[in-house]
Amino acid sequence: MSFWYSLLEWLPFAFVRYDFMKNAFLAVILLAPVFGLSGTMVISNRMSYYSDALGHSALAGIALGMLFGLRDPLVSMIAFGILFGMGISAVKNKARSSTDTVIGVFSASAVALGIALLSRSGGFARYSNYLVGDILAIRPADIGILLAVLLIVLLFWVFLFNQLLILSVNASLAISKGINIKLIENLFMILIAVLVTVSIKWIGTLLINSLLILPAAASRNLARNMRQYHLLSVIFSWIAAVVGLLISFYLDTAAGSTIVLCSALIFAVTYFISQKQN
Amino acid sequence: MQYTDRHNHAAHPVHPAHQLQLEKLSVQRGRDIIISDISFTVSCGDIVALIGPNGGGKSTLLKALTGEWPYQGTIRFQDRDGKALPKPCIGYMPQQLLFDRQAPLTVADILGAHQCRWPVFLGVRQKTRKKLKESLQRVHAQHLLDRRLGDLSGGELQRVTLAFALDPVPDILLLDEPASALDETGKALFYQLVKDLREQYDLLTLIVSHDLDVITAYANRLIYLNKTIITEGPIDQVMAGDPPWLKGINPEMEDQP
Repeated sequence: MSFWYSLLEWLPFAFVRYDFMKNAFLAVILLAPVFGLSGTMVISNRMSYYSDALGHSALAGIALGMLFGLRDPLVSMIAFGILFGMGISAVKNKARSSTDTVIGVFSASAVALGIALLSRSGGFARYSNYLVGDILAIRPADIGILLAVLLIVLLFWVFLFNQLLILSVNASLAISKGINIKLIENLFMILIAVLVTVSIKWIGTLLINSLLILPAAASRNLARNMRQYHLLSVIFSWIAAVVGLLISFYLDTAAGSTIVLCSALIFAVTYFISQKQN
Repeated sequence: MQYTDRHNHAAHPVHPAHQLQLEKLSVQRGRDIIISDISFTVSCGDIVALIGPNGGGKSTLLKALTGEWPYQGTIRFQDRDGKALPKPCIGYMPQQLLFDRQAPLTVADILGAHQCRWPVFLGVRQKTRKKLKESLQRVHAQHLLDRRLGDLSGGELQRVTLAFALDPVPDILLLDEPASALDETGKALFYQLVKDLREQYDLLTLIVSHDLDVITAYANRLIYLNKTIITEGPIDQVMAGDPPWLKGINPEMEDQP
């Protein structure tokens, strides 16, 4: 960490005087490519509503953590996120309703459970931090967790990306080539569940999904192949994260929302470029 | 060349061919029995036309063979003496390749994702591109390598899907109405391609089709399926004497839901 701190102090910005800004800066630099990479396949697999629901369901994970007396609800959030994902996965293949409806039911129930439990004996306000998140609260120990998540996502992408891609194009085709689509789908759902829940403390349940969706959506406006799709998504994610964090420091706004606004701006620009190209 | 007569429909392999044997196969979905009591044996080198009315279970049979749908009964891949062989390699072309046409996905991406371990989000390597061009050459589509999948015409997409199914060269090739989106010339070209492939490789090909005229010109066996097998055998025998079920196959009728 001290190496990182001294490295940042070379930068000509006022924020480098504060350790919490240095930590936040490192955190967004690690998180941005993870969100940029994962977002591409969330969109390609039509899972953006699922990841949105995951973000909201984290409230229930937090509430359950509190109920069990955990000081840091991270474990209960991850556990609940994975259960939530597997629940949706199990029901959607058997239910007569569409996948959207199944996710909607799960999402609403989880949010309601979270609010009910957290509002018990007054004071939901205590937990409002989880709605908007606080990236400045990041500690050096959290950076280790982020590194681990980055590593897991990279491993998944290196070893299972090709199978996930074929599955995203057509499930029947994937099965005929001997790809275990249930396994790949479930692993990917778990991966997204872990990524989303780990980051919620810093980004907040309200906006976490936009961080996943917007850079990849902007990239889709311009990319013509898979390499460009991922490259642009990661670059957009990085630009939005760094610029957003700096702006939030100088304008004193919430970091998560400022980053998302930057992503939205990038999306708008790429949208107009793509319209012009057509 | 393994075949004594390239132009005869009922080509007989010189060497003992591998066989696909189905015994009392049935597929049930919920309470509905979609197909039942399907038994037949076909050999590598055969081109089998699978025909029958809509809802007769043709696509279901193919999906049981790919492993997508669970089934009762047995599917055996065996040599001519009936000795079981390891699980055959299957190439499958779905009836309609439904996919996101806006996706930033090229032909090289999807073929490369299947053919090599190198993750294609990092790009398709030169070495792989060469191999992919060779795969596409088999279906006369090497010029499509860098095209976006969503930009391809119906015929081009069909050829790319066929290249995907043929890679690696399968033991069993399953084609579900492969030429439905093509005009008459396109259909003839497509089936000629399948026939040429059969002569290059020791493939067993099963084709679901409604184009009775076209398919009978290229296939050597026929299975008429309506929930179960109504008739089955070498095409000349089955079609002899204008069988009564033939009237039931009307391409125009089939397009209606």
